[in-house]
Amino acid sequence: MTGSVTEVARPGTATPVPEIRGRRRIPPIVPVLIGAVVVAALSYVLPPFRNYQLATVGAYFTVTAGLTVLTGLNGQLSLGHGALMATGAYAFALAQNRWLTMPLSFLAAIAATTLAGVVIGLAAARLRGPYLAGLTLAVAVVVPSVTSTFDETFHSDMGLSVALDPPPGTIPVERWQAWLCWAGALVTVLLLAMLVRGRFGRDLRAVRDDETAARLAGVHVARTQVLAFVVSAACAGLAGALFAVLAQSVSPGAFPLTLSLFLVMAIVIGGLGRLTGALCGAVLLVALPALAQTAGERSGSQHLEGNLALVIFGVVLVVVMLAAPGGLASIRFTRQSRRNR
Amino acid sequence: MKRTTAALLAVLLLAAACDSSGGGGSSTSDVPGVTDSEVVVGTHMPLTGPAAAGYSKIAPATKAYFDFVNANGGIHGRKITYKIKDDGYNPATTQQVVRELVLQDKVFAILNGLGTPTHSGVLDFLKTNRVPDLFVASGSRSWNQPDRYPGTFGFNPDYTVEGKILGTHVRSAYPGKKVCFLGQDDDFGRDSLAGVEKILGPVAAKQTYVTSSPNVGPQMGALKAAACEVVVLATVPGFTALSLGTASKIGFKPQFVVSNVGADPATVGKALGTAAPLLEGVVSANYLPLTTDDASPWIQLFKRVNAEHNGGAEFDNNVVYGMSVAYLFVQSLQAAGRDLTRDGIVAAVRRNGFQGPGLVPLRFADKDHAGYGGERLTRVEGGKAVFFGPAYTTDDGDAAVQPHTGPVVTPPQNGIPAA
Repeated sequence: MTGSVTEVARPGTATPVPEIRGRRRIPPIVPVLIGAVVVAALSYVLPPFRNYQLATVGAYFTVTAGLTVLTGLNGQLSLGHGALMATGAYAFALAQNRWLTMPLSFLAAIAATTLAGVVIGLAAARLRGPYLAGLTLAVAVVVPSVTSTFDETFHSDMGLSVALDPPPGTIPVERWQAWLCWAGALVTVLLLAMLVRGRFGRDLRAVRDDETAARLAGVHVARTQVLAFVVSAACAGLAGALFAVLAQSVSPGAFPLTLSLFLVMAIVIGGLGRLTGALCGAVLLVALPALAQTAGERSGSQHLEGNLALVIFGVVLVVVMLAAPGGLASIRFTRQSRRNR
Repeated sequence: MKRTTAALLAVLLLAAACDSSGGGGSSTSDVPGVTDSEVVVGTHMPLTGPAAAGYSKIAPATKAYFDFVNANGGIHGRKITYKIKDDGYNPATTQQVVRELVLQDKVFAILNGLGTPTHSGVLDFLKTNRVPDLFVASGSRSWNQPDRYPGTFGFNPDYTVEGKILGTHVRSAYPGKKVCFLGQDDDFGRDSLAGVEKILGPVAAKQTYVTSSPNVGPQMGALKAAACEVVVLATVPGFTALSLGTASKIGFKPQFVVSNVGADPATVGKALGTAAPLLEGVVSANYLPLTTDDASPWIQLFKRVNAEHNGGAEFDNNVVYGMSVAYLFVQSLQAAGRDLTRDGIVAAVRRNGFQGPGLVPLRFADKDHAGYGGERLTRVEGGKAVFFGPAYTTDDGDAAVQPHTGPVVTPPQNGIPAA
C-alpha cells in the first residue's frame, strides 16, 4: 500500500483549471454513484482480507467526512470524535443485541450520537479554540468511565459482543461488510456534499472566517456551530456502528484517545475541509499501520511495530505539511484551493 | 468529486498489486498453511500498548522454542513458522490482524491468541473459517464451549478453578478470618469471585477496579473499613503492585492471596520498585515450573532454548509460559501425524494425553475444551515464589478440590516431544 499516498492524487495531475470549473456543477450524486459502482466492482475483485480493509476505509471515511466539515469548514476542533464513535457503537450493540434488526440499530446509533452531539455542541458553541479542544478531550476521557460505572449494561472494559445475522444469501462476510460500510460512507458523503453546497455551507465558512462579520450578515453563529457539531456527531455515530459491525464487539479499548487524535491527523494530512481529503485520510488510517507492520516484520523487530505506526504517521504529517500545506487533496489543485480560501 | 473515483481506482490498483505480490506461500496440499516442508501458524499479542508489560515476552519465547525445534529438523519434516501480529490489546486491531493471518497469510491455526476482550471478538470468525484456535492465553471460561466453538481450546486454568483452589487454602489456613475480594471488572474478576465464593460462601466485602483508572485508593479504603483480614486479589500485575502499595500506605495489612495472572514476583516487584518487600508472604498459585527452580529439568531446557534462540531474554514466568505453549503445540503436531489437517489436529488435541511441563493434567476431552485443571500454591519468601503443599485439581462446577498425585514428567532427552 506504499504508493497510495501519491497515487491518490496523481490522476488529476494535468487537469487544467477551467475543467474544474465545469466539473463543479456536476451534482454530488454522480461521483457518489460512480463511487458505489467502483466499490461494488472492487468487492468482487479483491480477496477477502483486502475487502475487509476496503470496508474499514469506508467506516473511517464516514467519520472523517463529518469531522472535516466540522473542523475544516466550521473551524471547530474536536478531539472527542473517537468517543462519539464509541457512543454510536455502544448504541448499535445494545439495540442489535436486543432486537437484531440492523436498520433499527443503525438508527439507534445515529439517534444516540445526535443527542450527544446536541449536548456537546451546545457547550461547544460557547467555547473557542483550545477551550473547545479541552471540552471534547474531556468527552474522550469520560466515555470509557461511563462503561465501567454502569457495568451491568456496558460490561466495563470487556465490552459487549455484537449479535449479527449472517449476510444474506451466499455473500461472503467481508464483501457484505464492504457493502455496508461503503453504503454508510457514500450516503453520508452525499448528504454532506449537498449540505455544504447550499446556504448551510456558506454559513459554516462565514462563521469560521469571521464570526462578527457573519453575525452582521445575518448568520446565526451559535446555531450554525451547534448544527455543524450535530451533523458531524451523527456521522461519527454511524461510523461507530460500522466499526461495531466490523469488529463484532464493542469495548472502550477499541476507541482510545489516540483514535480521536488519529482522526484529526488524518483529515489534516488529507486536506482540511475537503471530502476528498477525508477519503485520503481514511485510506491512510488503514494503509499506514499496515505499512508499519510490514516494515516491522521486514526489519525483524517484533517490538517496534505499534510504535512504528505512530512514527510513520508523524513523518507523513510533517512531510505533507511542508510539501502541501493544504493536505494531500490539494497537491494537484493548488490554484483552485487558493481561490477557495 | 471525480477525484474520489480516481482515488478509488488507485486503491483498486494498489490492492491488486499488493495481492499479486503478497499472496505467496502457495501450498502443495489443500490444507492452508501446510506444505511438505512448512507449517505456518499465527498469533495476536499485545507487543505494544498498556498490556505489553510482561505479555510481550510470550510470543517471542514461543517462537524461540519453535526455532529450537526447527534447528533440530522440525516435526514430520516440517519447519514451524510463527507469525506474530501486534494488536496492542485493542479488540478492533485484533479483528484486523487475525483476518490478515487467516485470509492473507493463510495460517494453518491461530495459537495462543492473548486476551479475553480481544480474543472474544474473533471466535466467530475463526469458527466460520474452520481455523483451529489453539490454547488461548487467558483463563476465561468462554474458550470452553465445544458445542459452539468446536475448534477453540484454552490453556490457562480458568479463573473459577483458580478461585476454588485459593478459596480452599484460605479456608484451611485462615479459619474464621474475615475474607474480602478485589477483582478486575470483567470475566477475570467475576469468574474468580465465583470460584472463591463457591468454597467460602459470600465474602465480607468485594470491590472492583478497571484498568483504565489507575487508582485503587477508594477500594482499599473500603476493604480496610470493612476490617478485612484476608484479601483475595484477581488483579493483573500492575494492579497487584498498586493494591499492595496503596494498602501499605493507608496502614492496612491483611494477608494477600493473589491470582496467578498477577503474581509473578519479577514483574510485580519491578512495578513496586523499592517497595518490593511488600510482596513477602503473599500467597498465589502456579501450574507451570517456577523460573527460580533450577533443579527442574524443564527450567534447564527452557533456559537453554532461551539462551540459544531468544537472545538471552530475561527469564521470567512469561518466557516459561510461552515455551510451555510451544511445547504443547509441538506435541499436538506430533499427535496429529504426518498427514496434517485442521480436523486432524483438533481431534488430536481432543484425544489429549499430553504430558509436559504442567504440574497437573490438561482437561481436554470430547466435551471439555478447558486448559489446565488445577494449580499448586506458592508463597513469596525472600523475594522468590516457592511452592508449598500439593498441587490441586478441580473443575469450574461443583467438583471438590482434590490433591493431585500424578507422576512427575521430565522432558525427553533432546528436548523435543516424540510422536
